[in-house]
Amino acid sequence: MTTIASRPSRARRRAGAVRTGFAGLAGFAGLAGLAGLAGLAGLAGLTLAQPARADILIGATLAETGPAAFLGEPEARTLDMLVAETNAAGGIRGEKVKLIRYDDSGNPDKARTFATRLIDDDQVVAVIGGSTTGSTMAVVPLFEQAGIPFVSLAGAVVIIDPVKTWVFKTPHTDRMACEKIFTDMRARGFTKVGVIAGTDGFGKSMQEQCLAVAGAHGIEIVGNETYGPQDSDMTPQLTNLKNAPGLQAVLNAGMGQGPAIVTRNFRQVGLEVPLYQSHGVASKSFIELAGPAAEGVRLPAAALLVAEKLPDDDPQKPVVLGYKTAYETATGQPVSTFGGHAFDAYKLLIAAIERAGSTDPARIRDALEQTRDFMGTAGRVTFTPADHMGLDETAFRLLEIKDGDWTLVQ
Amino acid sequence: MRVPSWLADPRARVLVLLAVLIALAPLLFPSGYYYRVGTLVFLNALTVTGLVILTGYAGQVSLGHAGFFGIGAYACAVGTSHFGLAPGLCVALGAGLAGGLALAVGRPILRLKSHYLAVATLGLGILIAMVLTNEGQWTGGPDGMSAPTLPLRAWLRAWGVPLSPAQAWYALSGLVLLAGAWMALSLRESASGRALRALHDSEVAARVIGIDVARAKGRAFAISAVYASVAGSLMALFNGFVNPAMAGFMHSIELVTMVVLGGAGSVLGGVVGATVLTVLPQTLTVFQEYEMTMLGLIMMVMMIFLRQGVVPGLVGAWTAWRGRRARP
Amino acid sequence: MAEFLQFLFSGLTVGAVYALVALGFTLIHNASGVVNFAQGEFVMLGGMITVFAAQAGLPLAVAAGVAIGVTALVGVALYRLAIAPAGSASVVSIIIITMGASLFLRGTAQSVFDKQIHRFPAFSGETPITIGGATLMPQSLWVLGGAAVVFVALHRFLAHTLPGKAVLATASNKLAAQLVGINTHAVLLLAFGLSAAIGAVAGVLITPLTMTTADMGVSVALKGFAAAMLGGMGIPVGAIVGGLGLGLIEAFTAGYLSSAYKEATAFLVILVVLVLMPRGLFGPKDVERV
Repeated sequence: MTTIASRPSRARRRAGAVRTGFAGLAGFAGLAGLAGLAGLAGLAGLTLAQPARADILIGATLAETGPAAFLGEPEARTLDMLVAETNAAGGIRGEKVKLIRYDDSGNPDKARTFATRLIDDDQVVAVIGGSTTGSTMAVVPLFEQAGIPFVSLAGAVVIIDPVKTWVFKTPHTDRMACEKIFTDMRARGFTKVGVIAGTDGFGKSMQEQCLAVAGAHGIEIVGNETYGPQDSDMTPQLTNLKNAPGLQAVLNAGMGQGPAIVTRNFRQVGLEVPLYQSHGVASKSFIELAGPAAEGVRLPAAALLVAEKLPDDDPQKPVVLGYKTAYETATGQPVSTFGGHAFDAYKLLIAAIERAGSTDPARIRDALEQTRDFMGTAGRVTFTPADHMGLDETAFRLLEIKDGDWTLVQ
Repeated sequence: MRVPSWLADPRARVLVLLAVLIALAPLLFPSGYYYRVGTLVFLNALTVTGLVILTGYAGQVSLGHAGFFGIGAYACAVGTSHFGLAPGLCVALGAGLAGGLALAVGRPILRLKSHYLAVATLGLGILIAMVLTNEGQWTGGPDGMSAPTLPLRAWLRAWGVPLSPAQAWYALSGLVLLAGAWMALSLRESASGRALRALHDSEVAARVIGIDVARAKGRAFAISAVYASVAGSLMALFNGFVNPAMAGFMHSIELVTMVVLGGAGSVLGGVVGATVLTVLPQTLTVFQEYEMTMLGLIMMVMMIFLRQGVVPGLVGAWTAWRGRRARP
Repeated sequence: MAEFLQFLFSGLTVGAVYALVALGFTLIHNASGVVNFAQGEFVMLGGMITVFAAQAGLPLAVAAGVAIGVTALVGVALYRLAIAPAGSASVVSIIIITMGASLFLRGTAQSVFDKQIHRFPAFSGETPITIGGATLMPQSLWVLGGAAVVFVALHRFLAHTLPGKAVLATASNKLAAQLVGINTHAVLLLAFGLSAAIGAVAGVLITPLTMTTADMGVSVALKGFAAAMLGGMGIPVGAIVGGLGLGLIEAFTAGYLSSAYKEATAFLVILVVLVLMPRGLFGPKDVERV
């Protein structure tokens, strides 16, 4: 408990930083001073003039706006909800949690600046964030250098492979998604597969992973197409896949509106083979956007989407049902697995801080790495020094869309 | 009080003012984060200084300059990782590539006027960004790739300079900006600079007095591309990471906005524009989800009330105020 | 053959979207010489307001009407509150103002509505029409038809009505227009309102195909701007040909060459066309007044 007792000095340091912080921004304004930007500096002073309290400061940099806003928004709302919940329940060992959250709009350069700000200026003890792989990879070196634990909410396998000391992540990797899909394809007797993917980071990365592991699963790729994340018609690409020799199934890697348009165009051009989507579409809005065309689409996703349909003896059921109910009550919006990743990250972090009995970043990191059998929305997590994601393929459920709703494929 | 003779030159005054501000600002910085924002300001200002030559002096618009910024950045990332280039050389390589490309495409493109030039440069920028996104085996694709960082910590220790890497970057980028500003200011008063300003006023008139308009414009385009590329290379080395958004359309738009916001004609205006648009989003985080709305609002209000840009607008207001006071 | 037809239909569908957006740029440019970078936000508002008005219980047609009306008012407000006060500012300054307006409208839409992706049902069902082995969604015909109607109306308005001629007069010489008794202020108000309405119509028509989010404006405006420039800025027929041409290039590149470089091909063609024809396909000959 010595570290907790030592925190007031940290707070004093912060109070000092706030005063000079004002002056620092005034320095910038001096540079622009000829431009009469004193008002701006005053504004900047406002941002920094938060009362210095002995709170536990947790940082977040998320893509709340921009093309990845459909990821960042549920993540931000989830974190806000959970912090309020923790503080209403008396905080962690009597300390309130304070979340400092920035919107990096999915831009890696902005994410990098905000990460620096969280580390140097806000002096947080841990950071959740990086909605996209690009923004995550841009900030990873900073956390490695500063020695602050960082829990990423992005998908790609490169984040934790090779393992980085201070970096953890909660979502499944795209490679696992490919494997889950290919396993199901083989079980259904499909070996000739067409791949179509968005040219955004998520689609491109998953496409590479799928092409890399296809051979090992006995899958032959007979067609390979891409589309821009903002494209409005994919029938040319799907026509080419339709004409691919011996096509038995199609896999689409993408997120945003692209997969919904692919699904509609898929039916439009009269493709009859089964369509697999990725975990990037794992929110109810995909079914709404794709409409009846989504019937029969299969995808790997977390159990969160089928919370009510899980058997009662499923150990994950109470967790996912609890989060789903809380989120939908708090926000009035349907739950998505993206918010679930933030839920897992926050709960993992809070548990680690409690176990560490300290707000020393190094001790939080060590406690985090010792996480055993944590049950989250993505599955059962066990971190080891060699595995900073801690999920296995069984954590993924294979879902099929039937009658406008998710169903578990047995 | 007598002003020293070397300060009578307005160029020197601008440079001295910039140098003093760059040197004094850190006295007020409480943490490394401020040095990072400072470095970002200087690198953006460097790109914008190049654009001031193109837009302010020569009157040509470019909505694709982030493309050249991207070339510089990726020259350092790809050059060092795939070809084992030294970081110092990659800055030169990027500058050469960007300048060469600008010279090659500049001639045909710069015949276009106003919006047509805008869309052509926009297309050029998008093509560059697209190659960076699509050629994943070289560039790491849409998620970007890591770039080498300078071993600043070791150098600083070896030389016994008591600076942190963040402070060293601040100093380095500040010096590069000063050099860039000095060159831009000198160019303005040179024969080439006068030719550019002449064709800005009237291309036909410039042609009549014997200026090779196409050549002059092409040169300005290439010079501004080199500025952007050098800034991009430095950004890559500073961040240790590059991504296609650096070359993207939104970044191009941001750069043009900096130029116009500060006051397109002046180097100092470019620096002010870069400062405002770099610092503003950092201060607007206080508005949380209304951040974008506020940024849009501030941009509109500034342009409505300071039509010529911040610097010329305020100088004008100051002169008018002095004029009123001087009157009995 | 079926493939060729499918690529053609795809190109026409996407091209009609670009053309509709490009038409929206035409009017404001004709009246003020300004390229309005908030045009994409008008398209977004058309789609988003329809979605939320329909969710509030209005029938789709009424919701669309509301969306078009409200967006037209936003256009008028943009002129009244941001463009007119800037007065004699240079064209570049006014372009920066429209960029600010674009950020402002996008941010406001994110706060007022949300950041999620939305869609409403197609007007004439979702059953594809099959022609020669290729398929076309009925909504594509709506978009094509919409582009045609807006084009004809705009053309007639500019060429054959008094307010339309007043728009052209204001663009070519504001002072002279005022001297012959044209209320240029009213003309510009009209141009901004109508341009916004055209944008909203585009948003309403394309949302069942492209879906809509508060964030969609940038990419829509980018392609619409490129299409308008390809055809020749300010010329309605140029907007139509530029839009359809761009869509067709993208579809055939994706179909026959590589889907990864379809946009690259489109911008390459724009560059080549502009180098050969510096004022676009239908632009007037290059004449400079000295």
